[in-house]
Amino acid sequence: MTNVLLEVDGLRKSFGGVVALQEGRFRLESGSVHALCGGNGAGKSTFLSIVMGIQPRDSGTIQLEGRDVSFASPAEALDAGISIIEQELSPVPAMTVAENIYLGREPVGLFGRVDFARMNKAAGELLDRLGFDIAPTEVMMDLTVARMQLVEIAKAISYDAKVIIMDEPTSALGEAEADHLFDAIRTMRDQGKGVIYVSHRLTEIFDIADRYTVFRDGAFVADGALADIDKTHLVELIVGRPLTEEFVKTNAPTDEVVLSVEGIDAAHGVRDVSFDLKRGEILGIYGLMGSGRTEVLDRLFGLGPKNHRHGRITLGGQELVVRDASEAIAAGLALVTEDRKGSGLVMTQDVRANICLARLEKLSSTPLMMSPARETDAARRMIDLFGIKTASDRLGVADLSGGNQQKVVLGKWFLTEPRILLLDEPTRGVDVGAKREIYSIMSDFAAQGGAVILVSSETDEVLGMTDRTLIMRDGRLAGELSGDDMTAPALLHLAA
Amino acid sequence: MTDDPARTDPQPSPGAAAQAASGNRSVAGFLQAYGILIALVVVCLGLTFLNEFFLTPRNILNVLRQTSINGILAIGLTFVILARGIDLSVGSVVALAGVVAASLASTSSTAAVAGGPYPVGLALIAGVAVGAICGAVSGAAVARFNVPAFVATLGMLSAARGLTLLYSDGRPVPALTDEFRWIGTGDIFGIPMPVVLFALVFAGAWWTLTQTRFGRHVYAAGGNPHAATVSGINVARIRFAVFAISGALAGLAGMILAARTGSALPQAGVAYELDAIAAVVIGGTSLAGGVGRVTGTLIGALLIGVVNNGLDLMGVESYYQLVIKGVLIVAAVMLDQTRNRRE
Repeated sequence: MTNVLLEVDGLRKSFGGVVALQEGRFRLESGSVHALCGGNGAGKSTFLSIVMGIQPRDSGTIQLEGRDVSFASPAEALDAGISIIEQELSPVPAMTVAENIYLGREPVGLFGRVDFARMNKAAGELLDRLGFDIAPTEVMMDLTVARMQLVEIAKAISYDAKVIIMDEPTSALGEAEADHLFDAIRTMRDQGKGVIYVSHRLTEIFDIADRYTVFRDGAFVADGALADIDKTHLVELIVGRPLTEEFVKTNAPTDEVVLSVEGIDAAHGVRDVSFDLKRGEILGIYGLMGSGRTEVLDRLFGLGPKNHRHGRITLGGQELVVRDASEAIAAGLALVTEDRKGSGLVMTQDVRANICLARLEKLSSTPLMMSPARETDAARRMIDLFGIKTASDRLGVADLSGGNQQKVVLGKWFLTEPRILLLDEPTRGVDVGAKREIYSIMSDFAAQGGAVILVSSETDEVLGMTDRTLIMRDGRLAGELSGDDMTAPALLHLAA
Repeated sequence: MTDDPARTDPQPSPGAAAQAASGNRSVAGFLQAYGILIALVVVCLGLTFLNEFFLTPRNILNVLRQTSINGILAIGLTFVILARGIDLSVGSVVALAGVVAASLASTSSTAAVAGGPYPVGLALIAGVAVGAICGAVSGAAVARFNVPAFVATLGMLSAARGLTLLYSDGRPVPALTDEFRWIGTGDIFGIPMPVVLFALVFAGAWWTLTQTRFGRHVYAAGGNPHAATVSGINVARIRFAVFAISGALAGLAGMILAARTGSALPQAGVAYELDAIAAVVIGGTSLAGGVGRVTGTLIGALLIGVVNNGLDLMGVESYYQLVIKGVLIVAAVMLDQTRNRRE
């Protein structure tokens, strides 16, 4: 016997003539984890922001436990029992974990003094109950992104809301941390709460959710029980047409070693990392958050602290010393960082400026002057090559979807004509369709004589795309898997 | 690969959506590019009706001459602010460069440098160099030692003023040569020299920011220093360079000021940084860095100049002028914010 917690019907919203949501329909029952699926631009974010009272609706109804509601602000939604974990974290970095969790509702004692003892105790109990190993007195900015995410999750849960919305909650989490989150979600479900779960990771949806609703092009498409559908059909509903294969793999490694790494160190205690990368190969680096994967790529690219000098890097038979990114680029390396907005794109600039950024000296007509014609041409070539969906190369990258933004980053690097692509979580926050295109781009690149290092925390991606995978744990290589030995349990076993 | 028919993208007709969005954007873009220009035109038209003297060639040249020093400082600050910095020291650098250059161009026997006056070229180079060195010191503190720009240039604001007073012994440097005074009082085809120099500085800055690789680097380093670093741009060098540019232009402005008044005052330029920052901000450049245009700064500086001039013409007391300028600065940014939020 279940009862309906949240029922939304006919929700509609347009922004200055552009319809963002034309038919939002959703029905959340108590004791259920309900996945909200859809590509970038399907209307999920608009839908959620209306439910949370961040934006007003044009029309439609929202009922919470049978009563019509209309929230003017997220605070009102919270009061009514709906809380949200947003995709973008919003911590107060200089405050403690407990202060962040109880921000705006700090327990007070005499003369309005914040009762820190009570607050820390409550926060400690909450974190223990969720199985998050974080002390309430730790300062937020000392935590890794994954742990900050866990604190945000704890905060959303601490409101004791009836409906909890989670928008890509695992985007910054490793699998171990995600497991803690899933345990917490199951507990909430068993307590009769309703969870709306938004994620691009389908495996995760099948893991944790019991029902699904699909939006496409701003409208409701279908809903049902996840037990009655398989992954292929769900993807078809999301994309709107059948997909042949999720992973595209056309490359095959050769025997020629292009990059050889011997005993390098890097930031955050990375030591003694050695491997060979072959022409035509997609080499995976798998590991949990904080295992040192990103630091290895940064070291290869001349980023990060400069005091790591151990080891030897050989590129095409010659020793390679990179002191900064410009030397790495000159040597034929390209790095797609894991944080697209933080270090991939200049969000204040347009598509053209971003594509040209790493290649400006080749787009100049004289040593000093830029050649707008060459810049325009370069941008046009990359937009065509990757099918970047943008009205013009002068459109701000902030206005593109996540997948198209990632393709702009790829365009920037392909313009430098790299020999080796270093990809750090290249499909994070990217929808199914664009994901497949990115797979096909990296696979083609390797097939045409390039070589790729793919850092990923998604096992499916590693299994589907790499020829061989190194597993990192605590800053060291914990093993290497390839062929039939490369299985999800084997990866997890070596990583944890 | 792009011809692959199986290529998928579940975006809702993204082309159309993006086009509609860019339609809105072009209205907003128009306002962004021309809103401040419209304000300038409206103020000018209003003043033309209110006061018969406003739209006379003499008064217009007067406005331009009065604007030129603030305009040159504001252009230097545009570089700094675009690269996500701030320079509070320009007012003090104006004074320091003024007294140093003047001491080399003074016929007075009491000047700090004996044996003068020296050739005017030497004095001019010294003035710009002093400014550039001050900027370079701030820039090094910011770029090399990660001192926040606000703090580094606050230090320079105090130190440069102190050096000015030490160098000049707290007294004006009088009796400048006619050759030196020419950059403040002379003219070319009837255009006052300060205006000519302002125009040259503007043209150079516009060219640098829009046409050169360095300009691209400034925008990228201010918009997202991490992404710029990953893309092979030496962000520290860009930061250093923009402060040196701002300092050099402050040096130029200081010499024009001294040349106009005929002697270099050690207390010259106090609070000049505020009007310069105001011109940049009114001109639509974001204090968060990476967004803005030097043409906006030009118009912002002209707007401040025209408003000051108009209030003078109408006999408004200077105390009121300060209040009105304050309101103008906040109102301009408020409009900017409202528009951004609507987007």
